[in-house]
Amino acid sequence: MSVVDERLNALRGAAPRKPHNARTLAALAANPGCRRRTLLDAAGIDKGQIAEGLGVRISIGQMSSIAIARGKGFEAKVKADGCAELLRLLREHIGLPVPEVHYHDLNPADADDRITSRLRRSQRALQASAESNEPTGTLFDHPILQLTVNGVQVRIEPDLIAFKLGNQFFIVEIKSFAILDGTADSGKVAAAAQQSAVYVLAMREMLQTAGLDPAMVSDQVVLVCPKDFSNHPVAELLDVRKQLATLKRQLDRMESVESLLRLLPPDLSFDPRLDAAGRPTRDPQELAAAIFQVTARYSPECLGACELGGVCRAEVSGMVPVLGRVVREDLGGIDSIKEAVELATGLREPDAGQQQAADLLRRAYGMREAALGAVR
Amino acid sequence: MTVLTSLAKALAAYSMTPQQLTVYRHLHISSKPIVIVPLTLAGETNAPLAAMVGPDRARPTLIVTRQPRDRAERIEFAGRLASELLFPIETAAQQTQATGAGPNARVRVVDAPQLWVPNPAGIEFVRTLGRMTRLRFIEGPWAVPKKVRDLGIWLTWFAEQAEFADTGALIAATQAIAAVWATGQSDLEDGNLAAQMAWLAPPEGMDVAAAVSRAENPQLCPPAGPSTDPTFDRLFLEPALRDLATARTPAAHNAVHRRLTAMVEEQMRPTWELVWTAIDLLRDVPEAPRVPKRWEQQRDRFTSFHRYVADGGRPQAKRDSAGRSAHRLAELEQRMAAFEAQRAYDDPLVIADHRLTGEAFAGHVVDVDAARRVPGLRRNVLRPMVTVATGDQIHLDVGQHMYDPARNGQQAVIESVIETEDGWRIELELQNQMGSGLTAKPGSVPALGEDVTYTSVTETFVRRRPWPTRDETPWTHGGPPPDSTPVVEDAAEDWS
Repeated sequence: MSVVDERLNALRGAAPRKPHNARTLAALAANPGCRRRTLLDAAGIDKGQIAEGLGVRISIGQMSSIAIARGKGFEAKVKADGCAELLRLLREHIGLPVPEVHYHDLNPADADDRITSRLRRSQRALQASAESNEPTGTLFDHPILQLTVNGVQVRIEPDLIAFKLGNQFFIVEIKSFAILDGTADSGKVAAAAQQSAVYVLAMREMLQTAGLDPAMVSDQVVLVCPKDFSNHPVAELLDVRKQLATLKRQLDRMESVESLLRLLPPDLSFDPRLDAAGRPTRDPQELAAAIFQVTARYSPECLGACELGGVCRAEVSGMVPVLGRVVREDLGGIDSIKEAVELATGLREPDAGQQQAADLLRRAYGMREAALGAVR
Repeated sequence: MTVLTSLAKALAAYSMTPQQLTVYRHLHISSKPIVIVPLTLAGETNAPLAAMVGPDRARPTLIVTRQPRDRAERIEFAGRLASELLFPIETAAQQTQATGAGPNARVRVVDAPQLWVPNPAGIEFVRTLGRMTRLRFIEGPWAVPKKVRDLGIWLTWFAEQAEFADTGALIAATQAIAAVWATGQSDLEDGNLAAQMAWLAPPEGMDVAAAVSRAENPQLCPPAGPSTDPTFDRLFLEPALRDLATARTPAAHNAVHRRLTAMVEEQMRPTWELVWTAIDLLRDVPEAPRVPKRWEQQRDRFTSFHRYVADGGRPQAKRDSAGRSAHRLAELEQRMAAFEAQRAYDDPLVIADHRLTGEAFAGHVVDVDAARRVPGLRRNVLRPMVTVATGDQIHLDVGQHMYDPARNGQQAVIESVIETEDGWRIELELQNQMGSGLTAKPGSVPALGEDVTYTSVTETFVRRRPWPTRDETPWTHGGPPPDSTPVVEDAAEDWS
């Protein structure tokens, strides 16, 4: 075990490890400057437990049990009989000339099937397939992938199918939101594209490490969704080139976990000290003091993407970022809301870097008072 | 968003009180609004679960599907919603008046219906339910009651109207509130009606901070829908649905349905109250002067669409033809520009936005030549010259057209712009609205010392070439589109 891994395990303490998934990676890439999230995710720390330990629990990505049941039913329908329905979609909707296919099940064999052995199995299967020139297609159900994030190997267990035809791999994502009259909710499609980009990148990294051509993995992802108001599947190709470029750029820009660890005291621990029932018992103030040693980068979007969103919002209460990115840009160079108000009302003289923003605020405040005063 | 909005948010957060973004309300509020609070079943495309609907805050109509997973029950839900909505639509359509006295006078309804939903997702619900029902047949093997199809046609119309910036037909409460007030939280948090209303109308005896933190707890303040709270789904809804599916006798089924009705009512009631409180708050804000005119146009649109439906008009196609898309896009742009200009003319806080970006300026008149004439094509014409001193930062050029909101958009051309010690001196030549004589109408030329405002934003609409008819659709837009005939596949469309 490397020194970095040891330090990360020490940070997590006795709490169980929570692995990255495509959603957390996409969220991390959306806010790459957040050191707090970077470090906690790298250490596999359950941020929800930390938030609960601090008494500011918010629910993130919590899905309705009813929606989950329906989603599972839909996925089962698409995958039934060795993915017979999926094949029909690939032929008829995507127009792929699929003659016949092998179905390679990479799901866990039993409850004891360890993720490391599954990863090795997935790698062997995918690499062997990449090297062969077989004309038949192959479907890989539920492979395990891994990706280097902040200099650390992160394993991801995507709920997907990798499909190989000729010398091309396609990622197939099954989602339960509907495509209605050929269009779907743009937010959901964007999220699906983001996640798929993570998988494409992970598969490419795997091929490259094995000395194979990473371009074999297509940047066109097959999205399978229910059609209109029904439960019948429909498949569309989704171009994820843009998401791939963004993701790569952001992964490159991220600070390495190693350099982040160097800034922290060696005995630091984020262990919430769970009791037998899984409830955190550590003193909230002590836990908060530990967490706040790593800086966060809060924006309101965090509330929908990070379990610590509520914690970080409370931490920067009274500061400009809580009002959103646009306000932060408009009030460039001003950190606190009080300061912005005092600059606007003339109670405070601007610093060197604030002159321009302060002038604008002064004028805006004057106009605002005049306009409201005239009708008061 | 603009600096004024950002400043208002900062002021709101600092003082913990909402701050007005506009002096006036630029939205017409019906004397009899109809509120719809919808709930859908998670994981499906617009599977209606329940709705609270009606024009009476004290007596909402509660519609709860008897079995949300059953197609026939969904059609039944649509039918019951149709009974609630088509009646006020018909009532409004029956009361008309002439638009004028002349031979060209048309007929216009006295008042048009106005629908309210809690949030933009509610508008999406209206749109999708409209899509779901309008293409059905009213005869043949897949027949649905006529009112279900008519509901679809109307819901689609309302949802389309909601895309226009100046709409008054279908309104999302969160957006209507956000247009008038800034709260001290982000737009994202304002999207939660309960959290937004916690700033404007906190519960009795509770301060804003406490009210906001209460509003963020879905157990205390259920989400404004149409999606339900996942915890509610797990603890209450899912068991009830299971019991509903396994109930053997009608009596058992009724008992479960009563339980379901009570629990969804509890989820919708707080939102229902919040929407009505929002309407009341907005009604108290003085209405901007140009609102009645816009509402008149909205009544015209309602009148003409009602005539279309009454004459047996076809349901709207799944997708617009190229011609209709181009038409709609132009209308969206034109109405947005006009709305933006009208708001600026009506509202000193909106014009202040334009002043901050340099597209408008306010100052006082330092020199006037009211009798100035210049040679015209055949004779001399009246062109008074007005010089204005302003302290505003301007980004305007000589030759640019400016308009005076206080004089009905009177046009002026900038003749010169001179920087002075404390701002700018701008010479403007007045162009119109001074009467036809050689001396200006009283009041049509600003007086010396008068406070004036000029803006480059104009409400006048540049008439473009007339649209080609449907049969003349050019090849660039695919040529004349085929008729969209209703097809059996749509009528038989699965709704599972």
